Amino acid sequence: MAGDNKKKGLAVTKKELIKQKVLVIWTVVFVIYGFIFYYLPLVGWLMAFQNYKNKTGFFHSKWVGLTKFKFLFSDATFLRTIRNTFCMGTLNLIFTTVMAIVFAILLNEIKSSKIKKPIQTISYLPHFLSWIIVTGILSDALSSTGIVNEILHNIGLVKDTVPFFSIPWLFWPIVTFAHLWKETGWNAIIYLSAITSIDPSLYEAASIDGAGRWDKIKHITLPGIKSTIIVLLIMNMGNLLNAGFEVQYLLGNGLVKSVSDTIDIYVLTWGISQNDYSLGTAAGIFKSVVSIAIILLANGAAKRAGEERLF
Amino acid sequence: MEENKNVLEVENNSETKASAGTDKVKITGSHKKMKGGDLAFNICNGIFMVLFCVITLYPVLNTLAISFNDGVDAMRGGVHLIPRLFTTENYEIVLALKGISRGALISVLRTVIGTILALAANALLAFIVSQKNFLFRSQLSLFWVITMYVNGGMIPVMILYKNLHLTNSFWVYVIPGMVSGFNMLVMRTYMEGLPYELQEAAQIDGAGYMKIFWNVITPLCKPIYATVALFVAVGQWNSWFDTMLYNRMADQYTTLQYELMKMLSAVTSLKGNASAATTGQTVNITPISVRAAATIITMAPIVALYPFLQRYFVTGLTIGGVKE
Repeated sequence: MAGDNKKKGLAVTKKELIKQKVLVIWTVVFVIYGFIFYYLPLVGWLMAFQNYKNKTGFFHSKWVGLTKFKFLFSDATFLRTIRNTFCMGTLNLIFTTVMAIVFAILLNEIKSSKIKKPIQTISYLPHFLSWIIVTGILSDALSSTGIVNEILHNIGLVKDTVPFFSIPWLFWPIVTFAHLWKETGWNAIIYLSAITSIDPSLYEAASIDGAGRWDKIKHITLPGIKSTIIVLLIMNMGNLLNAGFEVQYLLGNGLVKSVSDTIDIYVLTWGISQNDYSLGTAAGIFKSVVSIAIILLANGAAKRAGEERLF
Repeated sequence: MEENKNVLEVENNSETKASAGTDKVKITGSHKKMKGGDLAFNICNGIFMVLFCVITLYPVLNTLAISFNDGVDAMRGGVHLIPRLFTTENYEIVLALKGISRGALISVLRTVIGTILALAANALLAFIVSQKNFLFRSQLSLFWVITMYVNGGMIPVMILYKNLHLTNSFWVYVIPGMVSGFNMLVMRTYMEGLPYELQEAAQIDGAGYMKIFWNVITPLCKPIYATVALFVAVGQWNSWFDTMLYNRMADQYTTLQYELMKMLSAVTSLKGNASAATTGQTVNITPISVRAAATIITMAPIVALYPFLQRYFVTGLTIGGVKE
């Protein structure tokens, strides 16, 4: 950057630089900070190609090439965590997106703000609670004395209580529900603001043509928020593999381990409990690379379809 | 709750009638089916909204009721929205726990200090990047945007913090996350929307960059500062994973969320590993009502504040979303 400026050899640039002294000094501070906390860990990726030992440290550990990656992809547990992360991430993405859109559209159909406002306020509430609290109250609700078992029992659907957290095939739906419960109202905000920016004259014209509520939703509201939906989908797809940690860690247990463990939990167990930093890093790299690949692919697909895109 | 539900439904019905009425006027009666269709739509919508609110609120209110209920009695189940055997004993027990009161103090400290530091740093960075004439503007901006998409991952980050002596210390909560690409972008967008003439006038008067930042830009940015501060504060209050990763050996720095997790997970692991559980784990069980009290204490600050602050959250989200 500095070289470029010198090449131009303009006295103006020098003068500017002196004038902007304060900004330059702070820029240096921010670059140093960012380098340490965001870029330096990337150098740590090299650990994945070493047999990192605490004793020998980064500079004296043995280089082992792709051994760690080979182990990773021959490890059935790791392959299972990829499946779990990917499936739970996809389920969450689909259901939270659909639910947020449905909620936004239905809320928009309520015309009285006296009713709308309180509903919206209630709908945000869970977003501000930590996952500890959310999983805590969820496991109370699903416990043997919880409300869900009580209702199921009272309407005669089940005789005994359902041990929700010990049944493997129920784990993914429970995780999806937890995300729905926490984020629907919050995710709907952005769709609601997109809906309000649709030209009201479109609705009036449709009314005159005799369109009903459903027709208007289908032909005006949904096309009107299509670009918002696509941008958010692309953005969230980059987080597909990130979405699998806290809930699974907090709700998972020995009985459902085969469906609850995600890549991050694998990293945590191998990297931190077992002290195999190299293997943990390798798994982390895999996750980062796949995340970036997904976002680029989604962006490319949107581009080809002639749709709104991120970059 | 039942009463509430009825009130809502009644209101909803009157709403239905009102809107059906206006529609009739507009459409001049040529579509007789419309009125029926609209009514059905509004009824379904009303039912959906009532269900939505009940499902959202019930678990929280239920926890509240259990927290005020006698512990042994609560174990029998069947406590819904009103405590059966009222007591404040659970709160007395929880507040007397050393971990909880100390955890609460650490949580408050990290929220206050972390928010102030993050606000100052992000605002200053956003200001620099928003300066149209700044020589390294685009490079600095790109440098921070990249950090939003690429990160080193759990293990390299942990080793870095260890080497910086940030583990087993309070500072790991507030130093590493201080600047974030996203918050910087949100603030920059807002600052770029301000009329440039104000800054120009100050510059002509001889004000330096820092003076402009402090005296011209900052007063105008109060809404966006509030938004970012609230986002950061909620994040600080709710985070627990950093405590588990970096400070679980340092009892004096554990947070309220982490203490709550320890309390709750003692039960979860017992429930889950029923077959594998050692009998020793039974000792760890905290009565359901005491856990409920701890949960309520942990969520109280946020539940108490967020209805008043929600407009700031919404502003932030919309600006961030549009920018993206």
